[in-house]
Amino acid sequence: MLIDVIHFTPGMSLAGGLVIGIAAALLVLCNGRIAGISGIIGGLLSWPRNDIGWRIAFLTGLLGAPVAASVLGRPTHVDIEAGWGAILAAGFLVGIGTRYASGCTSGHGVCGLSRGSVRSLAATATFMLAGIVTVFVERHLIGG
Amino acid sequence: MTALMTRLAALLAGLLFGIGLMVSGMATPAKVLSFLDLAGRWDPSLAFVMAGAIAVGSMAFFVANRRNSSLLGAPMQLPAGTAITSRLIFGSAVFGIGWGLAGFCPGPALIALGAGYPKAVGFVAAMIAGMVIFELAERAKATMQRA
Repeated sequence: MLIDVIHFTPGMSLAGGLVIGIAAALLVLCNGRIAGISGIIGGLLSWPRNDIGWRIAFLTGLLGAPVAASVLGRPTHVDIEAGWGAILAAGFLVGIGTRYASGCTSGHGVCGLSRGSVRSLAATATFMLAGIVTVFVERHLIGG
Repeated sequence: MTALMTRLAALLAGLLFGIGLMVSGMATPAKVLSFLDLAGRWDPSLAFVMAGAIAVGSMAFFVANRRNSSLLGAPMQLPAGTAITSRLIFGSAVFGIGWGLAGFCPGPALIALGAGYPKAVGFVAAMIAGMVIFELAERAKATMQRA
């Protein structure tokens, strides 16, 4: 296995992870809610609507982070390799998949694993494996 | 009062979550794809994000599991389900394929949206369309079960 030492950022990634953990801790300890992004968005689309106030507040904060960074003169650079077709197909699959799975990287991956949930471990193992296989097919079988 | 306080807490949690995603490098699809590309030049950074988040999260959930209400008096609403269903595995697999295609999961996509990337707008619109189709399918199923 080849480790990409140039792009590897253990320090910043660990620091960012700690901040994500603090955010999840704040939401569960103050609001009694799971910081799962797909679930928070999904709750705005389901009917009958239930307590949308905290969902909108959370999403406002999340979207506000890059906006605040731009205002402060530190625009967020995001490197998107995928073309438009892949982007739209991927978005659709992520939307429908996370709702059937009742969670995504944050809800199952961060919060579920923090709770010691075996169900979330099964979900996380499945989407990681599916992601790894997809990238392998795309980059090494098709892309060559 | 509680409603206002919980909304402020949620706003702060969302802001911190976003800062964490940006600092960690998770908001960049290229970095996420390098993590998933075990056969290429592997960037293990994402594992450090998970480790950091779970280190703090596990302490918080240890406390949360032993309480019936939050510090602000809101009911503790933790998932009750423990069953590993075909629905869970199917959904996770579909999500994983989408994640591998673009390198975006829901949180980072919202960060890129806030940063003003047109492709993030497209991704989030398609994601919401997928979620709406899920809702319509669920409602159709419920109607059929009632009939």
